[in-house]
Amino acid sequence: MTTYLTRALSTLALAAGLSVVSSSCTKDLNQVPSYSANAEVVYSDPAQILQVLARLYGTFAVSGQNGPAGSPDISGIDEGFSNYLRQYWQIQEVTTDEAVIGWNDGTLPNLNTLTWNADNEFVRATYDRIFYEVSLCNEFIRQTSDDKLSSRGVTGAGAEAVRTYRAEARLLRALSYWHAIDLFGGGPFATEKDAIGTTPPYRNRADMFTFVESELKDLDANGPLLAPRAVYARADKAVCWTLLTKLYLNAKVYTGTDRSTDALTYANKVLTQGGYSLCNTATASASAYQKLFLADNGQTDARNEVIFPITFDGQRTKTYGGMTYLVHAPVGRAVSPGSAGINGGWAGLRTKPNLTGLFGANTGPGDQRAALFVFKGQNPSVDTLGQFSSGPLVAKFRNVTSAGVQGSDASGDFADTDFPMFRLADVQLMYAEAVLRGGQGGNLATALGYVNGLRTRAGSNTVATIALNDILDERARELFWEGHRRTDLIRFGKYATGYNWPFKGNVRGGRDVDATRVLFPIPNSDRVANANLPQNPGY
Amino acid sequence: MADANGFFSLVFYLFPHPFQPYMKHSYLAKLRFLLLLLLSLSAALPAAWAQSGTGTVSGRVTDAKKEGLPGVTVLIEGTSLGSSTNADGTFTIGNVPAGERVLVISFVGYSGARQPITVVAGQTTTAAPQSLMENATALGEAVVIAYGTARRQDLTGAVEQISEKQFVKGQVTNPEQLVQGKVAGVQITTGGGQPGAGTTILIRGGSSLTASNAPLIVIDGVPVDNNGIAGASNPLTLINPNDIESISVLKDASSTAIYGVRASNGVIIVTTKKGLRGDATRVMVSTQASVANIVKYSDVLSADEFRALVKARGTTGQLATLGQANTDWQREIYRTAYTSDNNVSVSGSTGMLPYRISTGYLYQEGLLKRNDLKRYSGSLNLSPVLLDGALRIDANLRGSWIDNNFGAQGAVGSAVAFDPTQPVFAGANQGNPFGQTADQLRIYNGYTEFNNRDDKGVISLNPLSPRNPVALIDQRRDLSTVRRALGNALVTYKLPFLTGLSASLNVGFDNQRGRGAIYVPAGAGSDFNRQGINNQYSQDLNNRLLETYLKYDGVVGPGKLELLGGYSYQRFENRSYVFNDNRADGSVFVPVSLSYSNENTYLNTNVLLAYFGRLNYNIGDKYLFTATFRNDNTSRFAKGRQAGYFPSGAVAWRIKGEDFLKNSTAVSELKLRASYGQTGQQDLGGNYYPFLANLTQSQLTSQYQLGNTFYRTLRPDQYNDKITWETTTTYDLGLDYGFADGRVYGSVDVYQRDTKNLLNFVNIAALSGLSNAGTFNVGNLTNKGVEASLNVDLVKGDKLNISVNANATYNQNRLTKLTGSDSPNDVGQPTGGIAGGVGNNIQINTVGYSAQSFFVNQQVYGANGKPLEGVYVDRNGDGVINSSDRVRYKSARPDYIFGGGANMSYRGVNLAFTLRANVGNYVYNNVRSNAFYDQNTSGFVVNRNRDVLNSGFNSAQYFSDYYMENASFLRMENLTAGYDFGSLVGKGTNLRLSFAVQNLFVVTKYGGIDPEVQGGIDNTIYPRPRTFTVGLNLGI
Repeated sequence: MTTYLTRALSTLALAAGLSVVSSSCTKDLNQVPSYSANAEVVYSDPAQILQVLARLYGTFAVSGQNGPAGSPDISGIDEGFSNYLRQYWQIQEVTTDEAVIGWNDGTLPNLNTLTWNADNEFVRATYDRIFYEVSLCNEFIRQTSDDKLSSRGVTGAGAEAVRTYRAEARLLRALSYWHAIDLFGGGPFATEKDAIGTTPPYRNRADMFTFVESELKDLDANGPLLAPRAVYARADKAVCWTLLTKLYLNAKVYTGTDRSTDALTYANKVLTQGGYSLCNTATASASAYQKLFLADNGQTDARNEVIFPITFDGQRTKTYGGMTYLVHAPVGRAVSPGSAGINGGWAGLRTKPNLTGLFGANTGPGDQRAALFVFKGQNPSVDTLGQFSSGPLVAKFRNVTSAGVQGSDASGDFADTDFPMFRLADVQLMYAEAVLRGGQGGNLATALGYVNGLRTRAGSNTVATIALNDILDERARELFWEGHRRTDLIRFGKYATGYNWPFKGNVRGGRDVDATRVLFPIPNSDRVANANLPQNPGY
Repeated sequence: MADANGFFSLVFYLFPHPFQPYMKHSYLAKLRFLLLLLLSLSAALPAAWAQSGTGTVSGRVTDAKKEGLPGVTVLIEGTSLGSSTNADGTFTIGNVPAGERVLVISFVGYSGARQPITVVAGQTTTAAPQSLMENATALGEAVVIAYGTARRQDLTGAVEQISEKQFVKGQVTNPEQLVQGKVAGVQITTGGGQPGAGTTILIRGGSSLTASNAPLIVIDGVPVDNNGIAGASNPLTLINPNDIESISVLKDASSTAIYGVRASNGVIIVTTKKGLRGDATRVMVSTQASVANIVKYSDVLSADEFRALVKARGTTGQLATLGQANTDWQREIYRTAYTSDNNVSVSGSTGMLPYRISTGYLYQEGLLKRNDLKRYSGSLNLSPVLLDGALRIDANLRGSWIDNNFGAQGAVGSAVAFDPTQPVFAGANQGNPFGQTADQLRIYNGYTEFNNRDDKGVISLNPLSPRNPVALIDQRRDLSTVRRALGNALVTYKLPFLTGLSASLNVGFDNQRGRGAIYVPAGAGSDFNRQGINNQYSQDLNNRLLETYLKYDGVVGPGKLELLGGYSYQRFENRSYVFNDNRADGSVFVPVSLSYSNENTYLNTNVLLAYFGRLNYNIGDKYLFTATFRNDNTSRFAKGRQAGYFPSGAVAWRIKGEDFLKNSTAVSELKLRASYGQTGQQDLGGNYYPFLANLTQSQLTSQYQLGNTFYRTLRPDQYNDKITWETTTTYDLGLDYGFADGRVYGSVDVYQRDTKNLLNFVNIAALSGLSNAGTFNVGNLTNKGVEASLNVDLVKGDKLNISVNANATYNQNRLTKLTGSDSPNDVGQPTGGIAGGVGNNIQINTVGYSAQSFFVNQQVYGANGKPLEGVYVDRNGDGVINSSDRVRYKSARPDYIFGGGANMSYRGVNLAFTLRANVGNYVYNNVRSNAFYDQNTSGFVVNRNRDVLNSGFNSAQYFSDYYMENASFLRMENLTAGYDFGSLVGKGTNLRLSFAVQNLFVVTKYGGIDPEVQGGIDNTIYPRPRTFTVGLNLGI
């Protein structure tokens, strides 16, 4: 009897165990991590929405959420390499007469020689970064529509603030789309209206131009952007105007139509309504010009000249791209790490004699801009790509303050220096160029004044007259290594043919390259993933 | 899950403090841990069960020569009552229920026997002496398979079981080393020679690409987590190989598909040793002492060669850095390493309670100075049978405690690169390019390091130069403590209302705690600028299992039917803790970034829930049928995509069972098998929630400044809400054979494994997602292969016995689809990062080629046979050398894998060896590809592989096929000689002395230190030592 009872009870227990387990555990299949943020919660809170907006800015500076490396935004390339600013700078400078890079990493040498193909990982990283930023902006704009805000209970002052954030996201998206227009001609196109998962169509250069133009004009007219200089490093009205100026100044290249008059319209807005002024005071250890590129350029009067910086911080905004790259990579040989405020040089970036040759007789001996070149122990011409001794060195971006003190990262790895993406000097020179290109709404005397204003600030002599071609040279002198050169050379018709520099076209003396090199190829990686994309001619 | 709580609370009692400071434990604490582990369960159990109506059976088992056979298993059929024979072959089984019983006598390598006997209550019945014939095919041997065991002759799938007798001998400290080279189709590669090194196990070429290729490991019925824990390079290290009885490898889908979603890469079932009811108490003591030495050093320049090179090709600045010392850095960091492995086990049964208790202590030194591992392990197994044999319990509890002293693994690489003209300690012989004083040179705690000097004359550490290898070793304390408790209780109850029907409940857990700390003093060159390190890390893994199943055995129609149906629930919790990044003095260097929810922990959870079933049908031992089915559900995918269905089927025709072969001795076994089945894959490693549209908060070091405020940013992450299983379909055709009365036997298998919907990290169309790549179900791959095994008893005699075994595998891995489109622009996915430069990849995954094929430029050579720097074959003839000119060249995967060995015995002397070979595997010699003379370094010069003298390169030529080398090899894994003293110590005892050599020789053309490199990119590995071991085993 006892045996029977035991057996019966055991059977019951087993059966009970089975059924309890089956019913309770199916719910267990829905696991959600507590450490991660949920979209519904985040976009219901203006403070957290601002954290997402900060991320849209951060894409230009960092490479992932860990800093300096880890949790990367994009893949297919080393995370440090994948940084937006690093790639954009590299593709705008190393492919020109202003810079040469010595490293043998992957397909990097092909940038020096203008022999990249559609599988070049650095071309691809630039492309991927640009469209990554557009994707993030689209998602932000999608999540912050008025409908979504009210459905999530965001109203009043909170909603007002978010509307400004949303306008900034549209401006940042326009900025990246401009990069796509400039580098790749056209490309995939999507806005907040296209759901995630949709394979985007192709939009050509002119159509993409039209979109960016209309977005910027709408933001200028209706968008609740911040007033110029209201908050440091935010994309405000002046950033919108500067971008419009750049878009119109290059419109002939992009669309075939000269828009110099429109360029002047917006340059004038920056110059008259922006409230910017040139940094004109020197310190014991830094010239006024040098101060623009030092660790404290976000705090000193250098800040008065900067329209749109990418901000960095040695302790809080760490990356192996961005300013870390721009400060470390040119250091080596006669340029010591200590002078750059870092722990060691990467011995990679130098310049070419084409740039250093623009100074001297043209500027006089006191030009502070030329003082940033270092010839000591260097071969002044570029005879080999891989030798750091070949080519003048450039000590422009440094992680020391205007008082000569190393930046905030005691280990000397990461820089505090902000990158001036747009600054007043650039707008002044664009004004002069637009006038010389026949744009209406400006005058030659003011243009000459702007050019001489820069030369005087730099300790150079002044000029009595200026011609269009002088602007290209003056832009090189004032803005070298600031990521403008390729666009400038193309606008002046000197990129593919008619003007050469060492190793252009893969020969030491330089030679003309095919005219199709003014555009980069659409990376094969994306053409495999998206059948809508045609290839640019020549690739 | 309430039913499991009692069991878990024991473990939490053992691990009371998740934040217990790792440094404070002492030997006493460890002892307490082990004692608690062993005692808590034994104390919880009743001392004995008294039962009436039982008797005792005794007897003796001998070999053909009537000499007693020790270690033979004798079981009472239908119960778990049993014993194993003593040294003289006698056995006694107590508490046997009275009545007609059958003794089942089995012993590996011998044919078993069945002997009827009548047991009388209260008396001792002596069975007639039984002699066993040697029979290497051991067809009756029970093979451990999923959810049970099967007779080898009844198997329909490709299953191989390696038992204790066949294990690799000598210094084996990790379980997987027991079967290295023993099983066809299984490639086991250790990460290097360090104690507890991680191991890659690849069964039949691996069926996944981005997802894990690791097989599922099941320990005593508990499928364990593939994820390693912080502080242990290899989670299997936590299992003491001395506790393992057998390892089964399930290779085809018919045998694995019942494990469904975790079975695509094969299943390894580890069964541990257990006590037998009625067994007399046996104590086994074993002790091993080993000495290990380095076999080969990396071929770098000597100090004099280095000086000559720098003088010939260096810049003025570089010349100034040369020192006057002659230091062989590799000899400075390596040593002769000693290991001691001691194990004690007690097995037997008290009353009706069979038990086995074991404890082990391993102290293993690495070749690298200050690198060692200590493992304390304990296990307890109880397997009582209650209620007249109706209720069987099999309870296992094992615990281990590992203290890792990792040393400075970075020294392995820096010893190859550090300038040999510099002395270990700063001083007169040191290169002094900046004219520093003796005090200035000594600031790195007295060790030689390289410096920079700036224009103001300030001297600082050179961050780009290698660090002094000896300084690294002397000044890094990298310790971890990893504890693991693994236990389960399998309760099987024969249901009273239907004969042959039983119900089982298996409750198990696997808890691991990894704690570690790293200390580097301020002043050490490795972390000089941040003033040292004083950090800790911590991780917890809590895994739970609950399974229940019903099994029916019976005769239905013309054959025997076995039906199995069950339910399985597993929960894996992976919790890591985050800490401040501190300087040596404990001050904060980088503060901890708390999670979005402001916690200092991150918890990831994966739940698997499954229903499974199996049908076996055996008609006359001739026609065998198996069908299995599993429905799996995982929390890793979005609702609606969580369920996967995995069927399999197999048939076997046992020709031997047909009348015309039944009595043949020439053909002792012949069986044809065919199987088909599907298995799945969901293991994306650390990616637990790939479907979730969430935002990641940036850490404090990745903030962004707007105005004067720094923001921790929120990033919307790439996700794929449609992600689901990848599926592998396996076809297998096999033949099991045995000839010459079982003296020649083995099997041959041909297989094809097609994986579709690969969980693949692929590029996605720009603007269609939230990154440029993500994990999608895209792509297919195929593995095809042939496996064969052969065992031959060459000599079988009274005194002399020689047997040899061999296995061979051919596997071809092909990617058949990688993207959603068939675009001709697809060159493939670069992979295989190398050392040198940044972000350089040397391998590529391309459709039509093996995964991880090398992707290189074809080197052009000059008339003198030397490679021309930067000159490559212009494959597309466009006059430019870029990535379009690279070719896919070979793969790190071997085409053929061979394993084999022999056992010889003459009286008490025995000799055994194991050989392994890989053929057709290539290695990119990354040490050699960094051997160019670099004039760009300032303040230091890096030592190079001797090849720098041959190539004469001045710049890195990383993509040249000049650095590809055939790494086929033949390795003598193990050679063992032993002598059995028999009952030298006393009657009924057994004493064995053995001598073993591990890694005796390697035959290869490969130029690096070792041809066996995980992933096929050799950037110096921790050398695998040659180890000599003396072992003593005593059985009482």
